Amino acid sequence: MKYPITLTPKERLLKAIQMRKDIVEMTHAAGSGHPGGSLSSVEVLVHTFFEVLKIDTDNPKWEDRDYFIFCKCHITPAIYSILARVGYFDPSTLNTFRKFGSELQGHPSRFYPKGIEMSGGSLGQNLSITQGIALGLKAQGKANRVYGLTSEGDLQEGNSWEAIMSAAHYRLDNLTVFVDYNKLQIDGNVEDVMGVAPLDEKFKAFNWHTIVVNDGNNFDEIIAAIKQADTLTGRPKVIILNTIKGKGVSFMENNAGWHGKAPNDDECKLAIEELNKKEQEILTM
Amino acid sequence: MAEREMLLTRQGWADALLELGEKDPRVVVLDADLAKSTLTSLFKEKFPKRFFDMGIAEQNMINTAGGLSLTGLIPFVSTYGVFVSGRAWEQIRTSICYGELNVKFGGAHGGVSVGPDGATHQALEEITIMRVLPKMTVIVPSDYYETKKAILASAKINGPVYVRFGREKVPVVTTADTPFEVGKAIIMKEGKDVTIVACGAMVAEALDAAEMLEKEGINAEVINLHTIKPIDKDALINSVKKTGCIVTAEEHQMAGGMGSAVFEVLAQNYSVPGEMVGMNDSFGESGQPRELMVKYGLTFKEIYEKSKKVISRKK
Repeated sequence: MKYPITLTPKERLLKAIQMRKDIVEMTHAAGSGHPGGSLSSVEVLVHTFFEVLKIDTDNPKWEDRDYFIFCKCHITPAIYSILARVGYFDPSTLNTFRKFGSELQGHPSRFYPKGIEMSGGSLGQNLSITQGIALGLKAQGKANRVYGLTSEGDLQEGNSWEAIMSAAHYRLDNLTVFVDYNKLQIDGNVEDVMGVAPLDEKFKAFNWHTIVVNDGNNFDEIIAAIKQADTLTGRPKVIILNTIKGKGVSFMENNAGWHGKAPNDDECKLAIEELNKKEQEILTM
Repeated sequence: MAEREMLLTRQGWADALLELGEKDPRVVVLDADLAKSTLTSLFKEKFPKRFFDMGIAEQNMINTAGGLSLTGLIPFVSTYGVFVSGRAWEQIRTSICYGELNVKFGGAHGGVSVGPDGATHQALEEITIMRVLPKMTVIVPSDYYETKKAILASAKINGPVYVRFGREKVPVVTTADTPFEVGKAIIMKEGKDVTIVACGAMVAEALDAAEMLEKEGINAEVINLHTIKPIDKDALINSVKKTGCIVTAEEHQMAGGMGSAVFEVLAQNYSVPGEMVGMNDSFGESGQPRELMVKYGLTFKEIYEKSKKVISRKK
């Protein structure tokens, strides 16, 4: 299937619910994984993969495709969910996540499943890869756009700032980076563990076009930010999404404990019930 | 000792890059503010749009190269061996090797022969830390011609390749016409009493040691093991079957280096008495290259002595 397509507001909300159910069920089935940061990234992935990226799920290596690189690669539940839901592979395999023999590795391999551009999991590295792809395309005069999804944890790594420096140096305006800024990491509040604020000022000082989205889990705000970014030229663009870790599952929201822990049977049931209820609300909207 | 022409190995690297640049528009070069020293400045002059100075930020340089390779380019990454292999080791491991990306590494300034810059700049661990990486090819050419051939050959391999070369002029022991094949050791001199296997600048030292031994009626076989990985098992096993003992020689830590790679093969296939010449768990220091090679026991003299010792250990 070829993208981008246009979704109605209702369809966007339903796709987000679907992804959240996938995330809860995948981590529950695996008995491990990272639900918190997966849930915070849902809206930007739904909008970007369905409505922004020029991709063809029947031809994943299509030469004219836009590139989307995951820099926060621990959110494989979200990554595999969105790739399956746009049609790169059969969603029925999502329950093999993290299991022996599955293509759905705990952190992604470059070679599978379809739709994955680059392996990852070691933080700080893939922002570098992302801008390298943007540089390579620009150097060859190609028009493909490059998108990356990073997080403030990823931005604690020095390698990320080297990448931010060189993307600006080479004026990579074919590059747009999303920061899923959910303020929590494994050991607690980011500002208690190792402060990264003010992220917007830092990107500005590194000569990036910087856009801040107040509610990074709100489709309208994400859509407006990407439209604004599309008008900016000459420099790389960052869209900082203020998100909620664990978004959409009330007992996981804003709780660092859900960074890398799977829901047990009862918690899974509770989460799915909550998501089903929201789904019904959306359907009757 | 034989008189030999002296040439820069890094010139071999630079000349190969120029040749590749002419032949293949996909070839690009990245350096980390050391282009004048690594001689990638020559490529930069000729192909300015295909040269990227990444500043003093090696981790990003490696992964930028990874990104470039994902767009179909063939990046050659250049800086001193210490920084390329050490500073950015995990980038090479996880992005380049696990991702099987088509990135080539030129590790300049290998060994104590870097000289006055001292220990911080003398790479002595790269063979060890590069050869343990799955998918990686590791080549340590012996002279100008072999460096040039190794770089040209690396462009034909679809995957990561690390080539180590030095700062100083070193004796030329091969010719422009000597056949070169990645993974195929070169028998520089046939012999029956002891096998001497060396890489890099130590190949010339090994030939000199063999000459000394010959005067005493000892017939040494000298193997130029330019490719450490994949290692030429057959050449090693066949040689020690004939000679019954072996000495390894490298300008590198003995721990985990070329010699270790050789003994990993022999211990599992055909064990014979062995001795090693190399850095003995030590850093280097400032000095003239030859002074340092002598101080750290990296000359024909140690190869000669270890050869006699290992022969005496034969049953």
